[in-house]
Amino acid sequence: MPKLSAASRHSVSFTVNGVARSVEVESRTLLTDALRHGLGMTGTHVGCEHGVCGSCTVAIDGTMARACLTLAVAAEGCDIRTVEGLGLGPGRLGVLQAAFKRHHALQCGFCTAGILMSLDTYLRRHPDPSREELTLVIGGHLCRCTGYAPIVAAALDAAAELRGAQKHPEETAHA
Amino acid sequence: MSATGIGAPVLRREDKRYITGKGQYVDDVNRYGQAHAFFLRSPHAHARILSIDTAEAEAEPGVVAVYTGQHLADDKVGGLICGWMIHSKDGSPMKAGPHPALAQGKVRYVGDHVAVVIADTYSEAKDAAEKIVVDYEVLDAVVDTAGARTAGGEPVHEVAPDNTVFEFHLGNREPTEAAFARAAHVTKIDLVNNRLIPNAMEPRAAVGDWDAGTDTFTLYTTSQNPHVARLVLSAFIGIAPEHKLRVIAPDVGGGFGSKIFIYAEETVCVWAAKKVGRPVKWCAERTEAFLSDAHGRDHVTHAELATDAGGRVIGLKVHTVANLGAYLSTFSSSVPTYLYAPLLSGQYDIPAIYVEVDAVYSNTAPVDAYRGAGRPEATFVIERLMEVAARELGKDPAEFRRQNFVTSFPHQTPVIMCYDVGDYAASLDKALATVDYVGFPARRAESERRGMLRGLGFSAYIEACGIAPSAAVGSLGAGVGLWESAEVRVNPVGTVEVLTGSHSHGQGHETTFAQLVSDRLGIPIDNVSIVHGDTDKVQMGMGTYGSRSGAVGMSAIVKALDKIETKARKVAGHVLEAAEGDIEFKDGKFTVKGTDKSIDFASVALQAYVAHKFNGQELEPGLKEGAFYDPTNFTFPSGVHICEVEIDPDTGVTRIERWVAVDDFGVLINPMIVEGQVHGGIAQGVGQALFEGTVYDSSGQLLTASYMDYQMPRAYDFPRFSVETTETRCPSNPLGIKGCGEAGAIAAPPAVINAITDALGHEDIAMPATPRAVWRAIRRTPQKMAAE
Repeated sequence: MPKLSAASRHSVSFTVNGVARSVEVESRTLLTDALRHGLGMTGTHVGCEHGVCGSCTVAIDGTMARACLTLAVAAEGCDIRTVEGLGLGPGRLGVLQAAFKRHHALQCGFCTAGILMSLDTYLRRHPDPSREELTLVIGGHLCRCTGYAPIVAAALDAAAELRGAQKHPEETAHA
Repeated sequence: MSATGIGAPVLRREDKRYITGKGQYVDDVNRYGQAHAFFLRSPHAHARILSIDTAEAEAEPGVVAVYTGQHLADDKVGGLICGWMIHSKDGSPMKAGPHPALAQGKVRYVGDHVAVVIADTYSEAKDAAEKIVVDYEVLDAVVDTAGARTAGGEPVHEVAPDNTVFEFHLGNREPTEAAFARAAHVTKIDLVNNRLIPNAMEPRAAVGDWDAGTDTFTLYTTSQNPHVARLVLSAFIGIAPEHKLRVIAPDVGGGFGSKIFIYAEETVCVWAAKKVGRPVKWCAERTEAFLSDAHGRDHVTHAELATDAGGRVIGLKVHTVANLGAYLSTFSSSVPTYLYAPLLSGQYDIPAIYVEVDAVYSNTAPVDAYRGAGRPEATFVIERLMEVAARELGKDPAEFRRQNFVTSFPHQTPVIMCYDVGDYAASLDKALATVDYVGFPARRAESERRGMLRGLGFSAYIEACGIAPSAAVGSLGAGVGLWESAEVRVNPVGTVEVLTGSHSHGQGHETTFAQLVSDRLGIPIDNVSIVHGDTDKVQMGMGTYGSRSGAVGMSAIVKALDKIETKARKVAGHVLEAAEGDIEFKDGKFTVKGTDKSIDFASVALQAYVAHKFNGQELEPGLKEGAFYDPTNFTFPSGVHICEVEIDPDTGVTRIERWVAVDDFGVLINPMIVEGQVHGGIAQGVGQALFEGTVYDSSGQLLTASYMDYQMPRAYDFPRFSVETTETRCPSNPLGIKGCGEAGAIAAPPAVINAITDALGHEDIAMPATPRAVWRAIRRTPQKMAAE
């Protein structure tokens, strides 16, 4: 295997929220840093850099992943989704996002993007989850503000709406 | 009540940017040409620095500069300060050791700042730091809180030869001794209030910038109080005069106290920005946060409660050793003293109280305010004592508390505080009903049938919030006043900007403060914006901590709104050609009494700016008013929390089965946000009781420096909380509000431990009550433990 030097740079290409992007990175650059500092997509947050807190969670090829444990070069050719892609359109909140607001499921907002991405990924595969299942998914994240209960409530509510079991009017958020 | 006024559960206006990834936290700030800082930290808890060789590091690729404490000294950069002077009982001032932002001669804890490397990229800075050669003479570390005073060896600071910062006392000693002499029963307990690491999810970060053209500094920092940061960096550390130093605390991802303080890293970043002529950015890695964020709690306490033959509490004696760590952090000295001892009376009418607090240095991270700050420690002492005393006296713990509640107000305690209002029995009654207290024996029996242990624990807490009357805290040693400021700027079209000295880092001020303004001026909430966190916009403020932003920050807005209304009435009087005294203001309309002549608020605003209808010499054009509000008393939120647990004796795992919180926060501005604060506070308090424990080994290495080692509460750790309120209106501020940000963290720990000890049948369990600790506690009686 060739020895990589700290100075070597690599061009990595992937899609982010459906848009083709390329970014120059070091061999050791993490996907978090490539997104945040290489592409200016600062919605993905870094809370611990050791894969425990979940703030950095994104979807890679439809699977939830800790971007802080993913080398940017390993994302070559992948389809990445981040919090910036969760809305229904400019200024329009997605169903999960609106549920988070409705249930006061965030306070400081720092951990929120990662939790949204885990839930978004999970609900695509498990449209009718139990409270216990959602609690376990959310249990993969640390939130220091909310005590989690409103996050679970928001997730249940969003799941029901995504199944078509109930409908909330589209969020008309205050600016 | 309008849909967006006071008392309405208005959805948060700030949420949109957070849930769409558009928040702007400090690490999201990038300045053109910025360099990156990495701090070389001490691997030793206590060592003399014999030499530092940075030559090789300076030659590494990308390195811009390497600085040590010598550079700070050469530039006459002042040390970090502690802003609250505590005097010992003999009258001597606390012994404050030097606290340079980069070590000068000695390192005093693992994580202490030895040098900073500034490079083009963070990786380059981090790589180069490995090339710095430091020659240390390792010294014995002082780690143990209770043993710090008799540790021997070289003290942490020369100024404190026995590692004692101060010996504080409060209360009435002789009456207390007399009460104990005549007591029918004395309950004694020994408690450790475990050291916690705050762990706001956003790590601390800073970007320092210097404009060569204007010689002006800008610091972006994760701060709960940017104006205090500017004051300290300017007046004490000497970075730049205040008018040349702008501090911006943008979106901040949680604080819980840990972002009140002025730390080494932001000091170095803003100073170095001028040295290197480039913006300098730093963001903590999580392990750096564990090592160097100010920790919380860390008390070792012996306490005794005297009761008479009728079961009345007649005296309380407390002796606490408080570990303040290696340096005195910004407000550290106030926490185990005036934020602790005055709360030891709890909700009870105790005629005699005497408290002694010995504060010690140790070779551990500095300890300062963490959510609750002193009040959780006090509540743990009094609520564990009340529970144990009730058990010893064979009394129902709820009724024993009720028997001793303060019932008439105002109530002067022997430890400074004058409780203004409260109805403690109302909260207790509601909590007992909500938890189904009468059904508990049946639930316990049912658990026993399944081989499980069930217990129920109370916590009847009180806290002092709305910090604080400036003259009062000044007399107690505070270096600052604790008023708050507000400025209300009405635009010509009637929209309103409110500038506040409070800072929101999750509390939702952009919503609650706007509710107040919308309610008062009768304008749509969308026409109100709240501005905070920038010293160039807000002139001065004291920031957010101590559950003060509602009681103090919003009161300042009320005062400014009063002035706006007064001025607007004058303008309306001119426009409507009526005497000012004949103008009524209601629901956003100024009306001439008894007529249908009226003008709405927006039109008055326009008239104030066009100024056609009045003589500018008689009445100034414009509509903008400011106010400083200094509270007249602390506020005293109180409540009763009940925790019911089930313990699996085979595994020691404690499950919380029920949690009832009944809190009296006075008037609620936004009940949804209040409930969120209570939930979050309880989660942190439960974290302290069940999971979170900071462990240093005997050499001062932090063993719990990652999320693999420091257990944070997770979603599956909690039941659904029942959160209720009662209301007694606070008489000492115009809105009648008390504050809710810390209540859960204050109330929760004793509720959990009282429930666990109820289940165990003995009192011998320390926090955190991990499965291992509980499993061991189940398997031996306290007598056996004492014999070991």
